[in-house]
Amino acid sequence: MLLREFKADLHVHTCLSPCADWEMSPRKIIRACRAAGLGLIAVCDHNSAENAGAVMSVGRRHGLAVLPGMEICSREEVHVLAVFGELEQALTMQEMVYAHLPGENRPEVFGHQIVATEADDVLAQNPRLLIGATALSLADIVRATHALKGLSLAAHVDRPTNGLIQQLGFIPQDLNLDGVEVSHRISPAAAQSALPAIGNLPCLTFSDAHVLSDIGRAHTGFLLEAATFEELCLALKTTRGRRVLA
Amino acid sequence: MNVKQIMERFELEAAAGKNGLAREVKGGYCGDLLSDVMANAPVGCVWLTVQGHQNIVAVAVLREMAAVILTGDRPPDPDTLKKAEQENIPILRWPRSAYELAGRMYALGVGAPPPG
Repeated sequence: MLLREFKADLHVHTCLSPCADWEMSPRKIIRACRAAGLGLIAVCDHNSAENAGAVMSVGRRHGLAVLPGMEICSREEVHVLAVFGELEQALTMQEMVYAHLPGENRPEVFGHQIVATEADDVLAQNPRLLIGATALSLADIVRATHALKGLSLAAHVDRPTNGLIQQLGFIPQDLNLDGVEVSHRISPAAAQSALPAIGNLPCLTFSDAHVLSDIGRAHTGFLLEAATFEELCLALKTTRGRRVLA
Repeated sequence: MNVKQIMERFELEAAAGKNGLAREVKGGYCGDLLSDVMANAPVGCVWLTVQGHQNIVAVAVLREMAAVILTGDRPPDPDTLKKAEQENIPILRWPRSAYELAGRMYALGVGAPPPG
């Protein structure tokens, strides 16, 4: 068993997110991630995983591991990342999210929501109000993510908008999160001392990239045998030598 | 004025914490970001919010609030009701906006500075 460092960015948006740049297409994302030296990424668009498959395909062709995920907005207006090992699990989660997501997008107000092909062509526009909040509680989202064997990470908890600590004051003890993400503005070590609410949860940082130039601005190193979902889960539990690198 | 008088005056529905209805109301606060409420709500206030999450009970205990009023017909989470019963924090419900209820309570003297 040979463990080595993999640079991971588990929070990358695509052109499907209304607030993300048109340039965030599958091929361009993979190119930028490889240039940034990343070894493992997750696609987490707002309340949708419809571009995850295309980015995963391009990633496979270029030797970059891509996990499917979503950045789900709870009814408390807390953003939480759901990251999965298999596309089918993410798409099952997406069904639950869509069933609880009211409203229609207005591209002129919120931005375009492009479903892209592996060749960076436009397949369709998603008509849902992806920027909105679901009617699902935070606890329900974490439970459903775990039932589908996914990882549940509270997004950008250092931020004044849609961060768990801002919205709810502190992290409920019975929430069973797998970790928290802090933004590129603060290091995990600094966040852990500035925000005591983080406690002993694994504290990670990712880019939350909405434009290509955001890619690489933050990542977390993981000591793993290979860039897989299973290895990532072991590292978050500090098991069998796998761990999060400071 | 106590919580029970406000409840009756505005026909609020008591969802939990009926043992706390005798609490004295010393002021009011509106807010949906719990971090802000934890930092700024006055002791003894009634708090108007749309957040039904269980954390509202801990915030109410922390700020020694008289009651929490869920506005806009938002339902409390089941865990919220359980915790409110344990802590004797009244959780009341109001079907319309916080703006309207806050205005009417203020006009009644809740949270207004004493005359003169």
